[in-house]
Amino acid sequence: MHNFTPVSALIGGVIIGLSVVLYFYATGRLAGISGIFENTITNSSKRVSNALFLIGLIIGPLLIYYLILPDKPIAFEITNSYLLIIPGGFLVGFGTRLGGGCTSGHGICGIGRLSVNSMIATVIFLITGMITVYILQQLGIYL
Amino acid sequence: MKDKLISLVSGVIFGIGLVISEMTNPDKVIGFLSITHNWDASLIFVMGGGIIVAGPFFFLLKNKETSAIGNQINLPKNQKLDNKIIVGSALFGIGWGLVGLCPGPAIAAVATFDPIAFVFLISMAAGVLTKKNIVK
Repeated sequence: MHNFTPVSALIGGVIIGLSVVLYFYATGRLAGISGIFENTITNSSKRVSNALFLIGLIIGPLLIYYLILPDKPIAFEITNSYLLIIPGGFLVGFGTRLGGGCTSGHGICGIGRLSVNSMIATVIFLITGMITVYILQQLGIYL
Repeated sequence: MKDKLISLVSGVIFGIGLVISEMTNPDKVIGFLSITHNWDASLIFVMGGGIIVAGPFFFLLKNKETSAIGNQINLPKNQKLDNKIIVGSALFGIGWGLVGLCPGPAIAAVATFDPIAFVFLISMAAGVLTKKNIVK
């Protein structure tokens, strides 16, 4: 196993959990990002608040990249193949809204609320994600 | 006003958590999904950390009808498991595995100013709007 970083992963996860708690306690809404994204790009209630959440989601990384750790290179290693990027993005958008949630909405909020549907959804997207990566590795696209 | 401020602050905190946990690095996510080869299990701890913190609060607050700033609380009701949840989650997982970005990190990735991140985000928006227009 290389690059195993359980401590930073756990700290990051706890911070995400704190955001979920603050957001729910104050506004009564669940911090499911795919739903917030849909509400922002379509005409819906709380559109401005939703857009502000997403802007915050960009400001947080900006603070770390450019103010807190300006000397550390930004770790963003992504495929440069648009044959993966465009269908990948489309399936993430389409699938999360059809399935009613993503890693945050089902994976953290849903499982945190002991929703059986969210547990099933999370297992399914983890399995299809792992199968997809396995196939891409067999094709030599990912190492 | 309070709602807007809380939303912005929650987003900032969430985004910081994503960077610290390295969910914002697609290569890290692919390593996590690569269960048969050099598996990097770190990201289990992200979901675990989030659930450990949020779970007890959801339990304590489960019967509340209004939030701290007075909003009505409308939690999703326990629906029957339907094909949409299964098919949608399966498709999401495929997209996630193709690139290594899920919705939160896809939006946070704007902070990298990498053009590829913008192409992914526009494709994701197209997927959301397509679903909205073809599935009730």
